[in-house]
Amino acid sequence: MHMADALISPVVGATLWVAAGTTLTYCSRTLRQDRQERLVPLMGVLGAFVFAAQMINFSIPATGSSGHLGGGLLLAILLGPPAAFVVIASVLAVQALFLGDGGLLALGANICNLGLFPCFVGYLLIFRPLLGANLLCRTSRRISVVTVLAAIISLQLGAFSVVMITLLSGISSLPFSGFLLLMQPIHLAIGLAEGLATAAIVLFLQRARPDLFSSASRATSINPLLAAFGFAAACIAGVGAWFASTLPDGLEWSIAHAGGRVEPTNLAAAWPAVDAGTSLEGILGAAATLSLILGFGFLLRLRHKS
Amino acid sequence: MNDHLVQASGLSYRYPDGTQALQEVSFRIGQGEAVAVIGGNGAGKSTLLLHLNGSLQAATGEVRIGDLKVAIATLPQIRSRVGMLFQDPDDQLFMGSVYDDVAFGPRNQGLPENEVAVHVHAALATVGASHLADRPPYRLSGGEKRAVAIAGVLAMAPAILVMDEPSDGLDPAARRRLINLLRSFTHTRIIATHDLDLVLDLCSRVLVMNRGCIEADGKPETIFADTELLARSQLEPPLSWQRRPEHG
Amino acid sequence: MSRFDDTLHDLHALDSHAARPNALTRLDPRSKILATLFYIVAVVSFDRYAILALLPLAWYPVALAALGNVPPAALGRKLLLALPFALMIGIFNPLLDTAPMVDLFGISISAGWVSFASILLRFALTVSAALLLVATTGFDQVCVGLNRLGVPRALTTQLHLLHRYAEVLAGEAARMVTARELRAYARRRLNLNVYASLLGHLLLRALERAQRIHLAMLARGFDDEVRGSQELGWRRVDMAFLTICAASFILARSIDLPRALGHILLKALS
Repeated sequence: MHMADALISPVVGATLWVAAGTTLTYCSRTLRQDRQERLVPLMGVLGAFVFAAQMINFSIPATGSSGHLGGGLLLAILLGPPAAFVVIASVLAVQALFLGDGGLLALGANICNLGLFPCFVGYLLIFRPLLGANLLCRTSRRISVVTVLAAIISLQLGAFSVVMITLLSGISSLPFSGFLLLMQPIHLAIGLAEGLATAAIVLFLQRARPDLFSSASRATSINPLLAAFGFAAACIAGVGAWFASTLPDGLEWSIAHAGGRVEPTNLAAAWPAVDAGTSLEGILGAAATLSLILGFGFLLRLRHKS
Repeated sequence: MNDHLVQASGLSYRYPDGTQALQEVSFRIGQGEAVAVIGGNGAGKSTLLLHLNGSLQAATGEVRIGDLKVAIATLPQIRSRVGMLFQDPDDQLFMGSVYDDVAFGPRNQGLPENEVAVHVHAALATVGASHLADRPPYRLSGGEKRAVAIAGVLAMAPAILVMDEPSDGLDPAARRRLINLLRSFTHTRIIATHDLDLVLDLCSRVLVMNRGCIEADGKPETIFADTELLARSQLEPPLSWQRRPEHG
Repeated sequence: MSRFDDTLHDLHALDSHAARPNALTRLDPRSKILATLFYIVAVVSFDRYAILALLPLAWYPVALAALGNVPPAALGRKLLLALPFALMIGIFNPLLDTAPMVDLFGISISAGWVSFASILLRFALTVSAALLLVATTGFDQVCVGLNRLGVPRALTTQLHLLHRYAEVLAGEAARMVTARELRAYARRRLNLNVYASLLGHLLLRALERAQRIHLAMLARGFDDEVRGSQELGWRRVDMAFLTICAASFILARSIDLPRALGHILLKALS
């Protein structure tokens, strides 16, 4: 799920941007070093593929609801984690800039949630270790099960991350435990859909283009730095989850006192007080402001047309 | 030795899935010749063309462009001499504006930006697309895309033009403009095509391919008159030669 | 099918506004990118109950839309389409935060509704700013601007190619989906097998296309470095634009302008 700018505070947004930016820079550098220039058009076109594929829905077996492909895990399987991360980031960026999905401040957060977890945890720490480098000698069932597992875990981590980010931003009133109880089951279903879709496509590709999975150019060893990174991300998420689950009230308490969020009682200045006189002041002011702005805009358009 | 010379000797190529795409293909094409490569689908036309600029490396046999043998080491020079136009212009127009796309080649050649501008404007003027310089590729018609793709190749000043189905998908007017344009060039032109009427208008020599081999090599009029050869190669005489249906 | 059409339309409609030159398109893309980022940070930095104080910041999208010749209806439509997520999370605020906060002509409004309204307002402002960035600059120029601001070339090339081929791929996807629908009779939705096959074929075609593009790039001398024109000129007007924007954002953030305006008006009327 894409987070929106409206629900993120600048501090949290900026922090996540730093995380996303650092990872993107690291991935770009890795790709440059590998000098695989054939990857350039491949990444672009696969990004376009994911973009298009997200518009096609399928019905999830036995639930009656529909889902669509997120694409992070599939990209990681096809391109490896660094390239896949860059591609997912680009798809999210285009969605933010053109469709208003998510926002530019939240883009950093969305890149982390929807990119880090599938590519560096789902693929690197689950899919790859359990299935090995050569998919061709694995049974369909095993591939399906591992893919679904990787997808579910990635999405659960992503959902948890969304909850934490929203909580730390302090703009939504959702309580931690309530939000968590809402998000995790929903993302279980979404994770299942993602896993099934990804597995089905991987199996299709295996039959149609076995050469994709057995080419000699595929890296056969897991980059230790990437693995450490993914492991760290999973640990942080895991510790956070444990902490939150054992001390839910404590977490809320500590955040409320640490984040310097403004409490409702201090906000008389942001909205006219209950007194009717100053209420009128506020409404007059609002009306005047809006009229000025709209008038300004109207004048600009008129000037332009002449 | 002449840069415009294209020579293939004993060229053979097998696809990874085992299909033999080319078998012992040999020919020699001289400066300024306009040669058509015709044949049914799967005859090996596109595969042959891809060998001419080193996109595919032959298993046996060789291709020479002028005095240079096509090999990994000589690819940059080969690609400066041989300009290739692919079948789908969308695959070739990958930059954000027509100008940037036509400039792609000269920039890769390392030219300074003012020289790039000269080449780009000259190429666009030649194909009649100067007014499209700032357009993004997705706002071009089929004929315009084709023209811009040609400009992109011309901007690198190649000696030889290799084209895969250049008239494919063009409306009659755009097709006619293409034929006139290609007729005006002095480059060596090698064209793989199903459009036999274009061949009549443009080419002085025809290579007929069938199942990876060159079945025949001669003048268009001679080749097209040989109905048995054409039938064997999944072809028919040019449409302009076929009897017009009776009007009722 | 219409979902594809809408999205494709969105991809190129925004860009098309920037194709017609106006005062804004002539600005250096970097100034617009930076102004947009400042703007979003400014909007988002207000506290959760701010509504009145946010209003003055609406001048930025309104002015951009006017100067950039972007019809308000087009912008409004896109805002509506993007609304659901903010709505879904935001709607919990009124449900959970029920402490009364404001008395508006006798009706008591809870804090939850106030923060909900604030969320919607922020949403409208930030999404408009993002959309207007592309509408007044053009996506390719945004990529060039990002490059010059320090974003690695690999990333901007990726953005550029994605944008370039999104329409092509979406077109292929749309045709495949339609072709399937025409033979699907009553079955409206795809089951997993058909879906995997459809997407699998789309993916194969994408891979083949990538291969062809790669050959076309190599044929024109590509060697891993996509060189663009990169010619940008930072002029006084760019500095002026950025300064005016930043100053107004800081002003709006520091002073509750509507309140002050209302105060003055009341004084004048009484």
